[in-house]
Amino acid sequence: MSAGSLTAPAGIGTPELARSLRRAQSRRRWTAIALTLPLLAFLLVTLLVPIGALLMRAVENPEVARSLPLTGAALARWDRKTEPPAAAYAALVRDLGQLEEGAQAGALARRLNSEVPGGRSLVMSTYRAAVGPWKDEPAATDAQVRQRMLELDTRWAELPYWQAIAKNVSRWTPDYLMTSVDLRRNVDGSLEQVAPDQRVFSRILLRTFEISAIVTLACLLLGYPLAYWLSTLPARQANVLMIVVLVPFWTSILVRVAAWIVLLQREGLVNKALLSLSVIGEPLTLLFNRTGVIVSMTHILLPFMILPLYSVMKSVPPSYLRAAVSLGSPPLAAFFRVYVPQTWPGIGAGGLLVFILSIGYYVTPALLGGPNDQMLSYYIAQYTNVDVNWGMACALGTVLLSATLVLYAIYRRVVKSELSLG
Amino acid sequence: MKKTPLIALIAAVVALPALAQSQLTVVNFGGANANAQKKAYYEPFEKATGTKVVSVEYNGEQAKVKAMVEAKNVTWDIVEVESPDIGRGCDEGLFEKLDYAKIGNKADFAPKSAVTDCGVGIFVWSTVMAYNGDKLKDAPKTWADFWDVKKFPGKRAMRKGARYNLEFALLADGVKVEDVYKVLATPAGADRAFKKLTELKPNIQWWEAGAQPPQFLVAGDVVMATAYNGRIDAAAREGKNLKINWNNQIYDMEYFGIVKGSPNRDTAYKFLAVALGADGQAEYAKNIAYGPTNTKAMAKLDAKTLANLPTAPANAAGGLEFNIKFWADQGEALEKRFASWATQ
Repeated sequence: MSAGSLTAPAGIGTPELARSLRRAQSRRRWTAIALTLPLLAFLLVTLLVPIGALLMRAVENPEVARSLPLTGAALARWDRKTEPPAAAYAALVRDLGQLEEGAQAGALARRLNSEVPGGRSLVMSTYRAAVGPWKDEPAATDAQVRQRMLELDTRWAELPYWQAIAKNVSRWTPDYLMTSVDLRRNVDGSLEQVAPDQRVFSRILLRTFEISAIVTLACLLLGYPLAYWLSTLPARQANVLMIVVLVPFWTSILVRVAAWIVLLQREGLVNKALLSLSVIGEPLTLLFNRTGVIVSMTHILLPFMILPLYSVMKSVPPSYLRAAVSLGSPPLAAFFRVYVPQTWPGIGAGGLLVFILSIGYYVTPALLGGPNDQMLSYYIAQYTNVDVNWGMACALGTVLLSATLVLYAIYRRVVKSELSLG
Repeated sequence: MKKTPLIALIAAVVALPALAQSQLTVVNFGGANANAQKKAYYEPFEKATGTKVVSVEYNGEQAKVKAMVEAKNVTWDIVEVESPDIGRGCDEGLFEKLDYAKIGNKADFAPKSAVTDCGVGIFVWSTVMAYNGDKLKDAPKTWADFWDVKKFPGKRAMRKGARYNLEFALLADGVKVEDVYKVLATPAGADRAFKKLTELKPNIQWWEAGAQPPQFLVAGDVVMATAYNGRIDAAAREGKNLKINWNNQIYDMEYFGIVKGSPNRDTAYKFLAVALGADGQAEYAKNIAYGPTNTKAMAKLDAKTLANLPTAPANAAGGLEFNIKFWADQGEALEKRFASWATQ
């Protein structure tokens, strides 16, 4: 080394260099941002916007506010316990008569029907009268309008329908979210539990967690020894066996569910084998109950447990275990006190992954379970597709989403590390 | 030379809308029902008009129709819709109001509820009691027999949900056919139905898809089942000894509706005229055991086909017509109550 190279080249520390360095850095930063832009835009469009829309739909309540503005105003001072004023009857007929299209009446009817069963036919028959005969010959006084409505349908004398209208005049409502945890707003605005025969979602949520917990535990008990065994094998054999784990993972979920139906049915392979071995005297019921759901969900989700476990176990040096044994620890104690603690991140990641995937399960319980084994997603699908009550579907979706986020937060707290998926 | 494929492609893209004019998208429920529709409706229509029918399957999700109409991007023209949904969809503006002059003579259709504002009934189907003739020597006769686990030990298959089951429970509890919906509309009646259903609960194996009850019966999982009559008939045609007890069947209709804003409305009407004509209706009933709604089709059917239809006089006696209005009003609350009941 020559002495000359040790002296600083000319220009270091000069303002020009610092500037050009800053410029280069900021250019690089902007390039990096520009490169991630497509991904950010993609996330925004495919994830954040739909989730935002879902959250909005869960609290949106436009039907009554949009179609019954006059009625809302007429009911503003009503005490909700005595009969509504005659002016409200007149306002309702005027509102219905002014609806621009029938679809609005239909939406209103659906909304009120989900509050009070029967609201649909009541609103639709009144709507038809309001745009038909009543429009041609309007009644002179509010009292006459009221009389006419009661003649059309005596249910207009019942308070629940009016209470439902009065309750829903605002554009936003917590009702869907409250229903999804079995609560409701009383007439006077206080909270109460819904009637026992309509109490269902808290139990379903509990059931969803219960099934997911059992499946996670079963996956761990089956997956841990297998992953351990795989991690101790030479790479060549491990790869071959890994394919055995992965092939079912790549098979369509419906195919696997159908296969379980064939295996588990009353005269299926499992029952036939057990019968011929005289283990049981009568075929077991393995299908359309909790057993079928748990068996097949465990099978489907097992790879999600094995893969993170395997990748963590591969990084645990076997010498630690050997060192513990050579220092006098019994092998089993060494395994649980030296080896298992080093695989905590794998257990955490696998467990969380399996649990979160299972709480959203839909197809498997729908096909293999009875009505008592359906999880929350089944009811989301029911409200989306069958009842077309999207507010309720979104509220249940929100509950599921928050449950997932809470779980993830707890996981971060407990494990104090980022989720590693191997 | 190199540009030719590109030009051809552009020409094809430009021509696409023109092609779309000469095809009609009809949405059905798939399975044996779709095959019968293809033979009876689609093929004769294609032959008569030269318009291609694109058959799409769905599972009755009105959410798809609603999304299409709301987005004003209607790609379905005619949709097969279940009875509770046609009235609901009509109220909410998902379907076009029908002009019956373009379809046929209103007076030819029966039952009366086949003619509605937005949907025209295409066939009558029913939910019946079915059993395996090989396993049950002594035929069950009433819904009380269905509930009698001492006389007929074994499981029963029932549809997962409140619909039909509550009606059958009341019938089993001794309510007369004509009073079923009157009783069910009262809170005490609904309690009574659920209480009766609770009696049978340990012996019920629930089904979700129409194809399941015949499978359960053949596999011996259950001794009796509620089932769609066409599915049992299809299994019987394959040589399985499955039998139907028509007593107190619940009959219902399936409708065709034109999706609001369909670009092919005129073609759709031509299709409806073919499908609801006496020939189309008779041909359909020959392919699957569902009853025609066009009364003129009955004369074109032989006695053997007639005997298997829900609309045959011998089968229809004692039948209960599914009450659309009742279920449109009470359905959501009763289904929720069913979900709650199932968890107890």
